[in-house]
Amino acid sequence: MAKRKTRVAILGTGNIGTDLLIKAMRSDALEFALFVGRNLRSDGMQKASQLGAPISDRGIDAIVQQADDIDIVFDCTSAAAHLEHWPVLQKLGKTVIDMTPAKVGQLCVPAINTEQIIEGRAQNINMITCGGQASVPIANAIAAVQSDIEYIEVASSIASRSAGPGTRANLDEYIETTEEALIKFSGARRAKAILILNPARPPIDMQTTIYAKINNPDLPAIRASVDEMMQRLTQYVPGCQLILPPVIEGGKVMTTIKVLGNGDYLPRYAGNLDIINCAAIGIAERIARQRAE
Amino acid sequence: MSKKILISDPTLRDGNHAVRHQISQEHFAAYCAAADAAGVPIVEVGHGNGLGASSMLVGECALSDETILSTAREHLTRAKMAIHAIPGFCTIQRHVSMAMDLGVDVFRIASHCTEADITQRHIEYVRKHGKEVYGVLMMSHMASPETLADEARKMEAYGAEGLIIMDSAGAYLPAEVTRRIDALVNALNIPVGFHAHNNLGMGIANSVAAVEAGATMIDGSARGFGAGAGNAQLEVLVAVFQQMGFETGIDLYKMLDAADLAEKTMVKAMPYISSTSIVSGMSGVFSGFIKQVTSIGAEHGVDPRDIFFELGRRNAVAGQESLILEVALALKASQSRAEVNHA
Repeated sequence: MAKRKTRVAILGTGNIGTDLLIKAMRSDALEFALFVGRNLRSDGMQKASQLGAPISDRGIDAIVQQADDIDIVFDCTSAAAHLEHWPVLQKLGKTVIDMTPAKVGQLCVPAINTEQIIEGRAQNINMITCGGQASVPIANAIAAVQSDIEYIEVASSIASRSAGPGTRANLDEYIETTEEALIKFSGARRAKAILILNPARPPIDMQTTIYAKINNPDLPAIRASVDEMMQRLTQYVPGCQLILPPVIEGGKVMTTIKVLGNGDYLPRYAGNLDIINCAAIGIAERIARQRAE
Repeated sequence: MSKKILISDPTLRDGNHAVRHQISQEHFAAYCAAADAAGVPIVEVGHGNGLGASSMLVGECALSDETILSTAREHLTRAKMAIHAIPGFCTIQRHVSMAMDLGVDVFRIASHCTEADITQRHIEYVRKHGKEVYGVLMMSHMASPETLADEARKMEAYGAEGLIIMDSAGAYLPAEVTRRIDALVNALNIPVGFHAHNNLGMGIANSVAAVEAGATMIDGSARGFGAGAGNAQLEVLVAVFQQMGFETGIDLYKMLDAADLAEKTMVKAMPYISSTSIVSGMSGVFSGFIKQVTSIGAEHGVDPRDIFFELGRRNAVAGQESLILEVALALKASQSRAEVNHA
């Protein structure tokens, strides 16, 4: 295999796409090929120009034209747009990391199933949702020590400013995809996801609370398992912290994590961008390593 | 010609907040029948936070959405059946379309006051299916009249046939209601409505201010049965509007009977302005937090009034019930630090 770096393109220039651009350009393992949107005057495009990234306003067509220069495409548009992009990218043979809640591809949480994704050489990798990246590892950690979870519920609140038009148009898909991932990775019989956009100023930090209904919960075991998972999570999302360790409140297990971002595109309150983008960069770098092997 | 006011009655939705979402099927049936007989035009039913909101976060409902809707449907003949729906809690596929199948007539699609764009798909979906749809802006005291008007215009553009602002924290004084309703009436071509909470004793006064500023839709609950200090008391509204010469189409005596029935059956504790409610109103924090603030405060030995003011400082909005415990524990920690320092 060639020694050249894995080349990545980003489709979608909103909050997620622009934050991901900054992280991708910083990565030693990745070479940044193209930042694609529809409007050269958008904030994201301006930021990309300042950073000296190659840009295009021609949407998916730009990817098709430069297909030979791109190995991985991050789709940061919307669930509906991804359904149109995927057949095109599939035909081009590109590896796609889907940042939308379209759940076409394999659901991926790096702290849980990186190796499976890599070994399976998945062509479409779905990063679930920001709330999913925060809550699914915790649900998985609880499930590791409690075999019978009746119900898992997660409520995430994120700063209104950090939720762009794509996120706002995809609330239903956010809920459906997060719930599916919770069930898949925790074995819970039922799951519910709730997303709250909080307009408070100054903006609030991203917070996710996980509730679990379990018969006779073993709290010390849950705490140990969650602590261990937090160590894995903070390896790729350093701003992730357990602010309320698991407690039993009104007969249910409850725990809250806060995610502070790195402040790359939006200020640090927008941990929702970091938790999904750090996960995506982590997977892309792992694929790059696989390609180099 | 006398002015018409369209009354919407959320006793069986907002009232659910007052009893931790435990209103029974029997009580849904009985109150629906009584309100229907009184000629209440719109009866809203469901979990306190609406469709799909039964959760550990907000409180689990005794009944499923399906049971509530089919029970209410059976006992509403003249009245329209309405639901409250907040995107982020409910989805079109699982909840809104189910509600449509079970015969909901009026969909009130709600968002926090500055987040109208999250309601676009839901409002458009309801409109496309030919049902009545209103936009609802909650916690409206947190936005200026100009911002509220901008957000309301978005909902109108999506297809909302009316726009209601909620005083979710019971924080308004009448002059602030007047300013906001005035701005909305000027900005919109659809009817404007107001939903009061009584934390500062202004439920009726604020509803009157809204009507005088041009609102034509008003929410009120029997005995004020609703979150926190309750809503504007419906039977009082009907009486006051009658005195003012406004038409509601509601039979006063039968409405009084319906309110008596509500008190006898499901209103376990009459809403009153508790000390905590006053603080909730002053701090501008959603009245629905009161039950959890009170119990968590008692459990951890933290003054619920301190919890409310701290939640207010953090600009907590509905759906952030998980913050209550965090705030209580933080206050407790700072209390014990203070005690150590004093020792």
